[in-house]
Amino acid sequence: MKGRAWIGSALWYMGAIALALWVLAPIYLIGLLAFSPRMAVYRWPRPLLPLEFSLETMRFFVSATGTLAATRNSVVVALLTMMLSLALGAPAGYALARFLFPGREAVRMGILMTRMFPMAILSIPLAVTFIRIGLYDTPWAVALVHTAMALPFVILITASVFVSIPRDLEEAAMTLGCSPLSAFLRISLPLALPGLAAAALFTFVISWNEVFAAAILTLRQRTLPALVITVLNESPLYFRFAGGFFMVAPALVILLIIRRFLFNLWGITSR
Amino acid sequence: MARVRVEGVRKTFGKVIALRDISLTVEDGEFYVLLGPSGCGKTTLLRCIAGLERVDRGRIFIGEREVTGLPPRHRNIAMVFQSYAVFPHMKVYDNIAFGLRMRRIPEMEARRRVARVAAMLQIEDLLDRYPAQLSGGQRQRVAVARALVMQPDVLLMDEPLSNLDALLRLHARAELKRLHQETGMTIIYVTHDQVEAMSLGDRIAVMREGEIVQVDTPMRIYEAPATVFVGSFIGNPPMNFLHGVVEEGKDGWFFALEGHRLPLPPLREVSPGQSLLLGIRAENIRVDERPHAEALPAEVMVVEPLGAQWLITARIGEQFIKLTLPPGRPVAPGQTLWLSFPIEAVRWMDARSGQAIRELAPAASGSGKAGDSRG
Ligand SMILES: Nc1ncnc2c1ncn2[C@@H]1O[C@H](COP(=O)(O)OP(=O)(O)OP(=O)(O)O)[C@@H](O)[C@H]1O
Ligand SMILES: [Mg+2]
Repeated sequence: MKGRAWIGSALWYMGAIALALWVLAPIYLIGLLAFSPRMAVYRWPRPLLPLEFSLETMRFFVSATGTLAATRNSVVVALLTMMLSLALGAPAGYALARFLFPGREAVRMGILMTRMFPMAILSIPLAVTFIRIGLYDTPWAVALVHTAMALPFVILITASVFVSIPRDLEEAAMTLGCSPLSAFLRISLPLALPGLAAAALFTFVISWNEVFAAAILTLRQRTLPALVITVLNESPLYFRFAGGFFMVAPALVILLIIRRFLFNLWGITSR
Repeated sequence: MARVRVEGVRKTFGKVIALRDISLTVEDGEFYVLLGPSGCGKTTLLRCIAGLERVDRGRIFIGEREVTGLPPRHRNIAMVFQSYAVFPHMKVYDNIAFGLRMRRIPEMEARRRVARVAAMLQIEDLLDRYPAQLSGGQRQRVAVARALVMQPDVLLMDEPLSNLDALLRLHARAELKRLHQETGMTIIYVTHDQVEAMSLGDRIAVMREGEIVQVDTPMRIYEAPATVFVGSFIGNPPMNFLHGVVEEGKDGWFFALEGHRLPLPPLREVSPGQSLLLGIRAENIRVDERPHAEALPAEVMVVEPLGAQWLITARIGEQFIKLTLPPGRPVAPGQTLWLSFPIEAVRWMDARSGQAIRELAPAASGSGKAGDSRG
């Protein structure tokens, strides 16, 4: 019995390690080569330890034509996406969580169904429409599409956040002198804040990483992924590593640092 | 502080009628308990009074003011929720002060009032903590303090003790009673625990399926239940109900019970052939080891020693009856006991409607006070 339990946990740990490596190894390699001298990429055998730290590669990437403008575009698009999808998604999530209205299930299904249409099919008609209304090649166009992509997640996340906040709390606030709106603002909103922030960061990452729609809907106002993918074939290997690192970094920061702060508010440690 | 009047309030949820035209009056300073089994509409009634639920029809008054259409914040009530509903993102102090701030009471006065209720509830040391750092009992006190600090016209409480463990509940019950005596506040209190209701209430309203069945003082409810339902819902063990028929004899009517004849007092609206229930509390049954006139033989089935008294289940013919005996009296299963029912302790019920039948003679006025034994 004991022997078998030992084997079981050994297998479990091996699986966990394999999974972690699967995710971490590429990130490590990208990070390693992004901060090595340019020529390290071509050396053989490839260096696996960070022996020669250098900002040369990153500097080259950052100073390449269009990188800074594209980064600015990416940030603008991601922020717009974040605001739009929260402004539209959070109230929808609240409604799904708090109110029993006719067609509630249909709405829930409809939200999920929007994910059924691949961006590849939608992009062309969208591009045509955006050209017609004069939005083509602007951050707004990309942000609108990204919002459409992120909304289902935002709605589902915020709905589950609001479901987890007992209704009693708002009602108690109302007996203590709050109107329904101020009860929401003073009680539910602050309690939902960590969840809403998580949803916001999530949309930020979705938008930051999205390539396809961004590449089709822009020409000169490229976002960073759109820029990287269009110049990928003509660019040297070290440029790609630097670009890759630049795009992974925000997601990593969000996961590693902010998450910890978010889930440890008010003396409640969740997860 | 104020009296509360509810007139003909009806509330439905879809097809479910949660409240069927409820009317009641709670006097100023009264501790009024709503008691009933799960799902009878107690919480719904409380929420209607609080304004958290809109009534379908009927009117609600707090003091002389009609509040039927007003939102909770304009009713000057305070409520303690079953879940306590303490705000998790605010420290205890801010929880208690929340309502005062909403009323724009100056911070100086708010601090004084918070300090006073915190002292009253012995939570001064906890003011700096978040609710997650409190025990269940402490959280309950915070919820009560948050309501008391508002000095509401009426304090509404929905099973505030049901989430506490047995020992703590006993303690908190006594605390609540003390609090009511100290503040003289009008309190409407919901519970499904009859012991809680008996010990706290100035009056108890027993509810069933959206209706109030009886409103009375705890002792009247206990001794003179208005229906079979009330008699069997209140008291542990519940009131005994023995089934029998009114029969005509040569010297008047009597009550035929399992082949025995018991004298029947003059009752209203009773005729020969009618099925009646003889209601009697376990502790009011006279028990003898020897037969005598008027006594019925009962075979002991189960003996349960409960400490202060022994609970006996016995059988008269086909019907079971519960009685209590002081400990130490020798009883064993299979033994025959002779039971008699002091006439002033008997509550007669119509078997069909389950309603109490009033006695004709004016003797009824004296029967409210227990303790006077006869024979
Ligand atoms: N929001 C609601 N929607 C639909 N039905 C409801 C709602 N609230 C209560 N009911 C129904 O109304 C009836 C009374 O419910 P209520 O909560 O008032 O009972 P209660 O006496 O407080 O019971 P308990 O002792 O279990 O708390 C029940 O049949 C319940 O199912
Ligand atoms: Mg209830």
